[in-house]
Amino acid sequence: MKVRVNIVLKPSVLDPQGQAVANSLLGQGFNNVKNVRQGKILDIEFNSNEVNINMINDMCESFLTNPLVEDYAIEEINT
Amino acid sequence: MKIGIVVFPGSNCDNDLFCAFEKQKMYDVIFLWHKDTDLPKDLDLCAIPGGFSFGDYLRTGAIASKSPIINSIIKFANSGRFVLGICNGFQILCETGLLPGVLIRNKSTKFVCKNQMLKVCNSNTPFTKLYNENEEVNFPIAHHDGNYFVNNETRKMIYDNNQVAFKYHKNNPNGSVDNIAGIYSQNHRILGLMPHPERRVSSEIGLDGERLFRSLNI
Repeated sequence: MKVRVNIVLKPSVLDPQGQAVANSLLGQGFNNVKNVRQGKILDIEFNSNEVNINMINDMCESFLTNPLVEDYAIEEINT
Repeated sequence: MKIGIVVFPGSNCDNDLFCAFEKQKMYDVIFLWHKDTDLPKDLDLCAIPGGFSFGDYLRTGAIASKSPIINSIIKFANSGRFVLGICNGFQILCETGLLPGVLIRNKSTKFVCKNQMLKVCNSNTPFTKLYNENEEVNFPIAHHDGNYFVNNETRKMIYDNNQVAFKYHKNNPNGSVDNIAGIYSQNHRILGLMPHPERRVSSEIGLDGERLFRSLNI
């Protein structure tokens, strides 16, 4: 089984990297860009096909994200 | 006093910190490896140096905060003994939860490496008792993720317990909440700060950091 963890900064947290990307896009003439938020994606492959969602949440909350500043979403992906 | 300097893969201020303690001629200083599971029984202070542990992968300090030695550092801290984290050490202490808040990317997105004026916000702690209250000191900063972030509830708690250790003075180099450069735990026995006092312990380039290393022995 494979899952994709999408990590983004919470809306209340300033994202200077996203802003820099947005400014560059505007500078390149992509005038319709309003805002960019930069995040990260982790694709995690497990040995078994049955994986406990609570275990994945535990991984995300204790290590993969810092809950003070980041939100995450989990999705199952097909190989 | 016995001082242990914890070395992670990617630590690069470990020798500077070792020398800063050693040259005071009042401490027994040793290195500890991050894979150690136990701290020496007679250790008095555990110091986590600056650098880029594990390449800052995932989040700064995150991977180091799960190293084998961390559980014994948490127990050591919870028994009331001293812990010092400088730069990456501060980031690691925040990730372990021993200090509140988190260090995120500098507001400017740039790595900053320069001299920085600070104010000593609490001179009544084991780390700062040789400084004057509100004294201005100059420690260098060198970081990419030094923007201290806490929610409002935790920020209130930090002020209520007098946990602010240092504030950036005259300018804010990274976007930190309230110009905060360093904080204490509730019992003031754990200190984390982004600036580098260990780089100001010689008469050639400045001695502002020296009293932080001497205060502990008094």
